[in-house]
Amino acid sequence: MSKTPATAPEFSVEKDGAAVLLRLRGAWVIAASRALERAAESLGAAAAGGEKVAIDLAGVERLDTAGAWLIDKARAGMRAGAYVNASHEQQILLEAAAYTPLEPVLAPPGGPVLAMLARLGEWTLGLRDTIVGGVSFLGELTLGVIRVLKNPALTRPTPMVFHLESFALRAVPVIATINFLVGCIVAQQGIFQLNRFGASTYAVDLVGVLVLRELGVLLTSIMIAGRSGSAITAELGSMKVREEIDALRVMGMSPMDVLILPRLMALIVALPLLTFVADMSALAGGMITAHIYGGISFPAFLARLQAAIGMNTFLVGLIKAPFMALVIGMIASIEGFKVEGSAESLGRRVTDSVVNSIFMVIFVDGLFAIFFASIRY
Amino acid sequence: MAAQEDSPKDEIIIKVRGLHVGFGARDVLNGLDLDVHRGTVMGFVGGSGQGKSVLARTILGLIRKRSGTIEVFGENLDDLSRSGHRAMERRWGVMFQGGALFSSLTVKQNIQALMREYLSLSQEVMDELAMLKIKLVGLPADAADKFPSELSGGMVKRAALARALALDPELVFLDEPTAGLDPIGAADFDELIGTLQKTLGLTVFMVTHDLDSLHAICDTIAALADGRVIACGSLETMLASNHPWLRAYFHGARARALFGPGSAA
Repeated sequence: MSKTPATAPEFSVEKDGAAVLLRLRGAWVIAASRALERAAESLGAAAAGGEKVAIDLAGVERLDTAGAWLIDKARAGMRAGAYVNASHEQQILLEAAAYTPLEPVLAPPGGPVLAMLARLGEWTLGLRDTIVGGVSFLGELTLGVIRVLKNPALTRPTPMVFHLESFALRAVPVIATINFLVGCIVAQQGIFQLNRFGASTYAVDLVGVLVLRELGVLLTSIMIAGRSGSAITAELGSMKVREEIDALRVMGMSPMDVLILPRLMALIVALPLLTFVADMSALAGGMITAHIYGGISFPAFLARLQAAIGMNTFLVGLIKAPFMALVIGMIASIEGFKVEGSAESLGRRVTDSVVNSIFMVIFVDGLFAIFFASIRY
Repeated sequence: MAAQEDSPKDEIIIKVRGLHVGFGARDVLNGLDLDVHRGTVMGFVGGSGQGKSVLARTILGLIRKRSGTIEVFGENLDDLSRSGHRAMERRWGVMFQGGALFSSLTVKQNIQALMREYLSLSQEVMDELAMLKIKLVGLPADAADKFPSELSGGMVKRAALARALALDPELVFLDEPTAGLDPIGAADFDELIGTLQKTLGLTVFMVTHDLDSLHAICDTIAALADGRVIACGSLETMLASNHPWLRAYFHGARARALFGPGSAA
């Protein structure tokens, strides 16, 4: 039977007054798909008007639960339908797959307006939970830090070094490259635009200030939010789904101490280091471009740069880095703990983690800009 | 049920000859031979790490074999074209150890996934058939719209079985179907598989550790050790065997409690 192609489900009708005899033939199996569905539907139509309907199964080559269900559904719609010549196996199958009407799906009460209001309410409550969750996470984190400070034996250097390698060392090539390119681009555009005023050497000031104050730390933070923030969320999320977090808790280990603090500390150390790498490569890019497009020699570039920027310019960028790390690490951890059950939820949380961290990084950068401007630093 | 008069009762559904499978330098299966007959429940036993799951996964095509032949439904899997393999996959159902339900779909959508992919049925009929499968495996109707993460361990197993049966397959692979269930749940599940097997005429390939399952529903038991089938036959054959592992397995404290001290002859 497996080699020969199955015959399509068919039937013939014999009418004798009010009695109808339906002779079924062929394979009434799910593989027949649409043909099976249509044949079963026309069964009901063929028997219409019959006072007494007999369904003859002798000619049925194969039958499965889908076929049995559809035949039985057709029979249930008839005035008085009964099976004749059913084999023992067919009998069992027809009983196992006996037709019972589905309970109608309950529609949620209220109209679309109410549903929309309900969603708005849920969202608002969710927002409250997010804020409360964030604040309580910050509190837990502070307590964790205090615990570690009181008892330095609680620090976990091994995982921290491990994370430092993956967050910092392995990110150096990509961070150096993108910042080098951005340095080139800023210098090139600076030279082109300032040339019109005959002030192309000011491109050096532009590159120095822009890169050191803003672009270096911003690009690094965004890159790390995408690279390490997503990794933290995914790691914590899949650990939560696989009950590893619960396992830690019942073994008396706080997930905060074991999982989050080492990652957060590693991020806080990594981001300033990477920002420094970013600054240097962007300046190198600017220097090379200034030489090519503006004819500014390397010694001239360096001399100009020293005059243009002070230590404070360099520090402004660097000071922001640990705060960015804290923002990224916290959002990533909170989102990671929000993962539930499904693969879809993990995807959504990782997306939220990256989008929210990038948003917050830029927002915090804006706050810092206002802060530094008001203290004239 | 798919078995018909024209196919002899002892038709061999799975025929494995000289199967070698290994990872790196380690050989897991070493010249394994196996026959599974139509309409029987084949229980597969063996110590942990002896390659029971590896065998099932190799037959399913998830692991590459080094040498040997595997025939399923009389067709050599190596000779099958891509579309032939697809058609083959519609004739078997698989229940993975952990359920492997699609976590972002509800139970009903999990069951309908195959129907949607391969068949063109109306949504109404698909809903009805999915509910029928849910009823067949003994899940409550309200489980249909739940996500896998909202189900208990036993319900996940049942839902996974319902998905494996979605296309009314002729052959079902079950990997540790009763592992992690309580004894009552496991006994229910055994009974369920037995009933479905009889009503649907399924051939069942079951990897299990559960002595109760072996006792309750398996027609044939194959024992795997040292990379090959060391014994194959009924429970009595197993009990009579002198192989040290089989003696330890079928005459151990757990087995004695089940089969009674008299059977340890």
